[in-house]
Amino acid sequence: MALLQISEPGLSTAPHQHRLAVGIDLGTTNSLVASVRNGVAMVLNDADGRALLPSVVRYQVNAAPVVGYAAQHMQSRDPFNTIVSAKRFMGRALADIADAASYPYHFADAPSMVQWRTAAGVKNAVEVSAEILSVLRTRAELTLGGVLMGAVITVPAYFDDAQRQATKDAAQLAGIHVLRLLNEPTAAAIAYGLDNAAEGVYAVYDLGGGTFDISVLRLSHGVFEVLSTNGDSALGGDDFDQRLFCWILEQARFPDLTPEDNRLLLTHARAAKEALTEYPEVSITAVLASGLTIDMVLTAEKFNELTAALVNKTLQPVRKALRDARLSIEDICGVVMVGGATRMPCIQAAVASLFGQPPLTNLDPDKVVALGAAMQANVLAGNRQDEEDWLLLDVTPLSLGIETMGGLVEKIIPRNTTLPVARAQEFTTHKDGQTAMSIHVLQGERELVTDCRSLARFELRGIPPMVAGAARIRVSFQVDADGLLSVAAQEMQSGVQAAVTVKPTYGLGDEDIAKMLQAGNTFAREDMAARALQEVRVDAGRLIDATQTALEEDGTNLLSSDDYANILAAMQALGEVLLGTDHLAIKAATEKLNQATTEFAARRMDTHVRQALAGQNLDEISSKFG
Amino acid sequence: MMSITLTESAAQRVADFIAKRGKGVGLRLGVRTSGCSGMAYKLEFADHIEADDLVFTDHGVSVLVDPKSLPYIDGMELDFTREGLNEGFKFNNPNVKDACGCGESFNV
Repeated sequence: MALLQISEPGLSTAPHQHRLAVGIDLGTTNSLVASVRNGVAMVLNDADGRALLPSVVRYQVNAAPVVGYAAQHMQSRDPFNTIVSAKRFMGRALADIADAASYPYHFADAPSMVQWRTAAGVKNAVEVSAEILSVLRTRAELTLGGVLMGAVITVPAYFDDAQRQATKDAAQLAGIHVLRLLNEPTAAAIAYGLDNAAEGVYAVYDLGGGTFDISVLRLSHGVFEVLSTNGDSALGGDDFDQRLFCWILEQARFPDLTPEDNRLLLTHARAAKEALTEYPEVSITAVLASGLTIDMVLTAEKFNELTAALVNKTLQPVRKALRDARLSIEDICGVVMVGGATRMPCIQAAVASLFGQPPLTNLDPDKVVALGAAMQANVLAGNRQDEEDWLLLDVTPLSLGIETMGGLVEKIIPRNTTLPVARAQEFTTHKDGQTAMSIHVLQGERELVTDCRSLARFELRGIPPMVAGAARIRVSFQVDADGLLSVAAQEMQSGVQAAVTVKPTYGLGDEDIAKMLQAGNTFAREDMAARALQEVRVDAGRLIDATQTALEEDGTNLLSSDDYANILAAMQALGEVLLGTDHLAIKAATEKLNQATTEFAARRMDTHVRQALAGQNLDEISSKFG
Repeated sequence: MMSITLTESAAQRVADFIAKRGKGVGLRLGVRTSGCSGMAYKLEFADHIEADDLVFTDHGVSVLVDPKSLPYIDGMELDFTREGLNEGFKFNNPNVKDACGCGESFNV
């Protein structure tokens, strides 16, 4: 008979209707799957009892792809067909990958996402990730004894829409229903049961093999909210190995090492680093291809000295994240450690001294994210009582907005806004009789469209013809709990509407996000000037248009030739300064034209009202206006 | 003499799970009318002992059964086993006449 698990009181499932749900940590280096069984979150091991699945896929001719350790072992022998770190390429175009040349792959030219030419054909990061997810799904279904109803998959908090969508696509390809995408730091906080803790602000320090992320979370009224994130996408435990490897080379002073020697020494460096988490000193001994031997002793003290710069490099983003969240060290109630590299005593000591408190380290830092995801999946699958339910909130990594006249970006949802969120703003037409409006959705911190990232474009058509500025077009942005964006535009008078769900065109790097954030600050002053200039230009252009129309219609019958000449001169003067970049001059000239036309505008108004009323008797008028 | 028993491995696991869960007075076993073959087992953590519950204690674990369920599972042994990657609890119920293919629901 089937094997049963203990349910929460009152939540026994009907036969064949077990709500099997898992949490998946789809990592850059390793992936894991976990589930809540008998009320306890546990990582599901493979048949050999191993929890980790290396995120490595090897493609072969006329055979199924190999995933995990077996693929990892072939990495150096079959580099072109063995894809590692696919997560770095999720939702990214080749142009986004700054260090593409450092990978051994045959990249294929693709407009949206990076593709690899492999023995099994052209593959992209979504397909590679789907292979990994598929293996985890099979492992879960064998272990849990049934078909999965869904999974919670974790993503870095800074993942943009494109990367989140790519992750969802990969799950779908692997036949997994995504219950929710969950930010990795939030998952870690859940695993530590911080959701049951008192209210407060927590920091999640995540140092993986090749990436570093720091996130600041606030828990209030049982709700998690990501306040800020920061990090370094090119800093991780591997850099510590590399630093140690370099030291070994310096010490040994060997000339010309073979590639095999390098690999051997790097492996020894890593082993030494890991041994130092338990012992005060280790000896490093190795025999090189040339027959020479290396025999040296490394103390923890020396190791700390060698890697102090790397440790410090992680502290800078921590301070930035706190600044972003407008918090100080004293506001942090607890620090959660995630990632294998946080096992290093020097990291734990540095974090403890920065925060003035020892970090939480009692859960396995490799498993903590998957465990938290499993706990969340269990809730979403309905295997827990409502009273214990959590609602999870995340934030938008970058501001979202639309393009307005003059190539400016009007931000509708600012960066770090908690999700889910819906915001709306009203816009209007720019020209008389305008019947369509192009909505350009952008993501980024800069003021000009050209400096931000284009997410989508769509058109609102069928706007009834009206004078410029009379139409009321409500543009609403909605970002769901998974961080996916939909935008709708509606003309309020006629009700015509158009909408788009941002299925993003893939293509923005972590480095780019960091760069865009930084640029937003660095160029703040320039951006302000650029915005000011564009605004006065748009105003001036609108006034010139309106004046021209008015002159054509009523210029000769309402104006003396002197007044006509005056207005024309003011208009020409404005036209000239408009070519320059002096926004104050444009402003002054606009003001002059405004003054020159005030009287004219009043006269036109009078005339039009008189014309409208002419030939109607008083009853008609009062019935119209009464 | 009515009884419900646990194998040693089942008792060990139940005690472990309750400890990790952080609360609970024991294990609640029972049956419900549902499933493809008539009855289905109920296997849950128990946070309270109800007034009419029958309590069996085996290997230090309290098993709670409501009086209506008892006739269906009297004399049953709860075991914990591993089948491939999967592991879980198994009911060795002497009252079962036939069960659906998977054994998740049964008839007496």
